[in-house]
Amino acid sequence: MNKLILGRYFPGDSWIHRLDPRSKLLSCIYFIFVLFIANNWKTYMLLWIFTLFVMYLSRVSFRTYIRGVKPLIWLILFTVFLQVLFTSGGTIYVNWGPITISQFGLTNGVYIFCRFVMIIFISTVVTLTTKPIDLTDGINSLLRPLRSLKVPVDEFSLMLSISLRFIPNLLDETQKVMDAQRARGTQFGEGSLFKQMKTLIPVFLPLFVSSLNRAEELANVMEIRGYQSGEKRSTFRQLQWQKRDTVCLLLMFVLTIGLTFLRSEGGLH
Amino acid sequence: MDILLQQVEYRYQANTPFERLALRDVSFDIPEGAYFAIIGHTGSGKSTILQHLNALLKPTKGKIVIGDTEIIAGQKQKNLKRVRQKVGIVFQFPEHQLFEETIEKDICFGPMNFGVTEEEAKKRAKIAIKQVGLSEEFLQRSPFDLSGGQMRRVAIAGVLAMEPDVIVLDEPTAGLDPRGRKEIMNLFYELHKEKKLSTILVTHSMEDAARFADQIIIMHKGEVYKKGTPEEIFASPEGLLELGLDVPEVIRFQKNFEETCQVKLDRICLTTEQLAEAVTECLKRGVPK
Repeated sequence: MNKLILGRYFPGDSWIHRLDPRSKLLSCIYFIFVLFIANNWKTYMLLWIFTLFVMYLSRVSFRTYIRGVKPLIWLILFTVFLQVLFTSGGTIYVNWGPITISQFGLTNGVYIFCRFVMIIFISTVVTLTTKPIDLTDGINSLLRPLRSLKVPVDEFSLMLSISLRFIPNLLDETQKVMDAQRARGTQFGEGSLFKQMKTLIPVFLPLFVSSLNRAEELANVMEIRGYQSGEKRSTFRQLQWQKRDTVCLLLMFVLTIGLTFLRSEGGLH
Repeated sequence: MDILLQQVEYRYQANTPFERLALRDVSFDIPEGAYFAIIGHTGSGKSTILQHLNALLKPTKGKIVIGDTEIIAGQKQKNLKRVRQKVGIVFQFPEHQLFEETIEKDICFGPMNFGVTEEEAKKRAKIAIKQVGLSEEFLQRSPFDLSGGQMRRVAIAGVLAMEPDVIVLDEPTAGLDPRGRKEIMNLFYELHKEKKLSTILVTHSMEDAARFADQIIIMHKGEVYKKGTPEEIFASPEGLLELGLDVPEVIRFQKNFEETCQVKLDRICLTTEQLAEAVTECLKRGVPK
């Protein structure tokens, strides 16, 4: 659990750290869409340069990012291999029944690998440099237009911020309960699948019970402090759109232009 | 069963950007049948030490010897189950680990994990529930129907039923009322005396440490700051006050008394009883004018 980098906040004070969460979120989502414009090695080079530049700007060590990719590497490789083995076209190197290793397959594989890794890198940049609380504020602010469609945006973002707030507590508690049960002789991760599933009961039951208790306490405390759902509330933290946020979006715009410029008409090459 | 720590160092999340040094060069030994208290601020490494005592954590440097099992940093270790049976840990707020539908089943959970037969485990459950001061009728009830204090007792019974040689307590009385606190502390002290259980108590309460322990270890920022008998530790409490740690009321009274009356009592008193005796004696001798 401790090895998970994606989704953790890494305190710092870089240019990226100081960006508004809204511009970061928008740019991140936009980047993922823009990725699909790329279709030749030049465009991929440009994207790589951009990604590495952003990672450099975040002032977080490169090793941290690599660690973020590690847990997903098997999923990535699996997809890449499927692509390599089942795409045909171009020069064919190996042919064995339905399985072919072709030129198109290989380039496709490399592209998909790049896409995956860049998506993870960029989203890691966002989560590493943004406090969870700022992220929810950002999401809330971005979803605000949906209010006119009767979507309960405030409730949703409250739930989101409460869940985010309690993830570390729940992880801590899971660790504590697991330790306590290990001290009582439970051995996790050993024996048959059925046996392993059974060892989870002494962990999950106490966790559910304490979550229910915690929810009740929290609801009571919120009510005591005057919270009522559906009521109009003011916000303590105000997001501020600054010059650098505009610069950030402009950068995305320049990237898009660059990509469309370098993109080849014929598709994959 | 002796426990020996040799230059133990522990880093949380070693080799990640979140790495944190929790213990540095900690060495001490806990001989069989001793009552140790570990004291220190929150975050001084008390609880980390405690988790080393039954190999829930393994040192990143140094060596720990528990009975005849050696745990050396960086070496794979099998058969830790045996260690865990011998060293029972009562964690902070142990009532959070209850999960079975009846109390009896929950108490039997530990022993049965260590291969005790169901019959034997039930026998032990009966003994354990009485040891913690509840009646046998509780055994068939659900642990979630009980009050917080009763749940705590059930959880403790679950550890006692494993029949450990060493019992490790992590603030066993946190959040209990004064009476519950006293009862639980006395319970562990009696077990220590009767069954010659080695007891290791991690606590914030200087009073408890002074009253029960033979040896006190003061932790500060992951290192052993001071180690000695309660008398040695409290003979010069100035250092403790500097660390921001409390000194038992009794000790403070004695210091004040000695200063105001310009006398010296013949020993450091750790309990009110001892203090009352010493003061009476002193008064009988008469205060020098």
